[in-house]
Amino acid sequence: MKHDKNKESIGIVSPETCVIHEPLSLDSGETLESYEICYETYGTLNSARTNAVLICHALSGDHHAAGYNQIDDRKPGWWDNCIGPNRPLDTNKFFVVCPNNLGGCGGSTGPLSKNPSSGKSYGPDFPIVTVRDWVESQAKLADELRIESWAAVMGGSLGGMQALQWSVAYPNRVRNAIVIAAASKLSTQNIAFNEISRQAILADPNFNNGHYNEKNTAPTDGLKLARMIGHMTYLSDDGLRAKFGRERTDKNTSFSFGAEFEVESYLQYQGDAFVNRFDANTYLLMTRALDYFDPAQNHDDDLRKTMASASARFLVVSFSSDWRFSPARSREIVRSLLYSNKDVSYCEIESEFGHDSFLLPIPDYHQILAKYFRGICI
Amino acid sequence: MKISELRPELTLIADWIENGSKVLDLGCGDGAFLAALREEKQVIGYGIEIDTDNIKACIDHSVNVIQSNIDDGLNDFEDDSFDYVIMSQTIQAVHHPHETIDDMLRVGGQGIITFPNMGNWKCRLQLALGKMPVTKHLPHSWYDTPNIHMCTVKDFDGLCRTRNISILERATLNAQHEKIIGMPLFPNLRAEIAVYKINQSLS
Repeated sequence: MKHDKNKESIGIVSPETCVIHEPLSLDSGETLESYEICYETYGTLNSARTNAVLICHALSGDHHAAGYNQIDDRKPGWWDNCIGPNRPLDTNKFFVVCPNNLGGCGGSTGPLSKNPSSGKSYGPDFPIVTVRDWVESQAKLADELRIESWAAVMGGSLGGMQALQWSVAYPNRVRNAIVIAAASKLSTQNIAFNEISRQAILADPNFNNGHYNEKNTAPTDGLKLARMIGHMTYLSDDGLRAKFGRERTDKNTSFSFGAEFEVESYLQYQGDAFVNRFDANTYLLMTRALDYFDPAQNHDDDLRKTMASASARFLVVSFSSDWRFSPARSREIVRSLLYSNKDVSYCEIESEFGHDSFLLPIPDYHQILAKYFRGICI
Repeated sequence: MKISELRPELTLIADWIENGSKVLDLGCGDGAFLAALREEKQVIGYGIEIDTDNIKACIDHSVNVIQSNIDDGLNDFEDDSFDYVIMSQTIQAVHHPHETIDDMLRVGGQGIITFPNMGNWKCRLQLALGKMPVTKHLPHSWYDTPNIHMCTVKDFDGLCRTRNISILERATLNAQHEKIIGMPLFPNLRAEIAVYKINQSLS
């Protein structure tokens, strides 16, 4: 699927950094005395400050959701097909804020940042952060930007979990929650996949207990393997078959273990591209945040009770071939909202692209988002 | 769109619905009915739809809609969580109408059902001539029709009797889709559309 060339991108954008001096108490019991949140914004905040939309990123995302940072960037931000002028999230109407999560490697305080108590980078000493911690830090960013309530909080996958958390942690600050390809907690299988990914990193001899930067090395083999595993689970069997089948890179069978099938070479490429832009400690943290998310935990494991405090309108979207965050998981969220008469709409989009569908400009999906955003009063 | 501008059977149904009640509409189409009920009767409404274009239209109307197949049951909904569960012109297309009706009455205090009456004289005439009926409101041929469970007013009355369902109201619409006023003579022969309000008998 190609971008609609008639619709223009937001263009060149620059990240900004917000320094927050108020200490943040984390779920883990640790405290971040101060921290930086790196974020981008698109569109213009209206004078009543009512048109702001928060975008929450997923495992491997960052604050660069739309537009280009440099004129010669090869690719735009990760959700550029969705955010921009006349795109589903129309920046002619909305002011969009996308922060990099704490613990990330895109510019916000995380393992690559300097630890004030040691003077060196945090590395593995960066505390494990949770979805709740992220939402708390994002609320501080909203305070700094003087945004009292979001017209919408939207995210896919781990981003959808943040949108859910926002809706129950700050019911008066979220008017619409758009929860895409998400779940109210990970399945056992999902936790298992995360564990396999982590073990790939931890077992890399270059990992050095997370202190790899000090030794001027990096667990690239482990991180690459983690990404390859993850990437496969984000796609579907049918989607992979359609894209690669059993196509070979070379007509001759080599009787060796090189990348002989197209899908192997694709995986190698994806893995290599990932290790060039991502930090292994961040990968470990992000997968843990996914594992730990379970907002019903403090409500007798009853999601209906958890969601009862929300006052946002909800749009919940799933994708037919997504087996990591399957439609059944989205239906659990919908059911919990119906229980307490919340305004909620739910759509299962037909797609063969698996979990990654949420990043793709699938026409039905984008039309539904566009119509939903058009209906939001600002 | 106002209630008065909707299909006559929907205008009739709206009369049966109390202000401020909670309504589930099975096969809610573009959501115009739920939107009108919200505007004019302050109804809290949810729709169920299977068709993605209809989902989009509902979102255009800012109507709550859940994409779901009625044949999979109403498992997302708790017992007695709605005042009314409506199913207009859909019962004839579901796989197990009696189970769907049971589910409607589990979820809602009252059920409102409309269906094209196969007992109508035009249908009977076509059958008498040896052909499956094709009418303005049943335009499909027998081999490509989504309407797999056609019934008559008399059949529906019989189903209610055997399943201990009370008929609270019944109205019939003629060929012009006007309400047949008063105690209609031969409703099963004259009605093109039948409209029922039912609940589960306690006895």
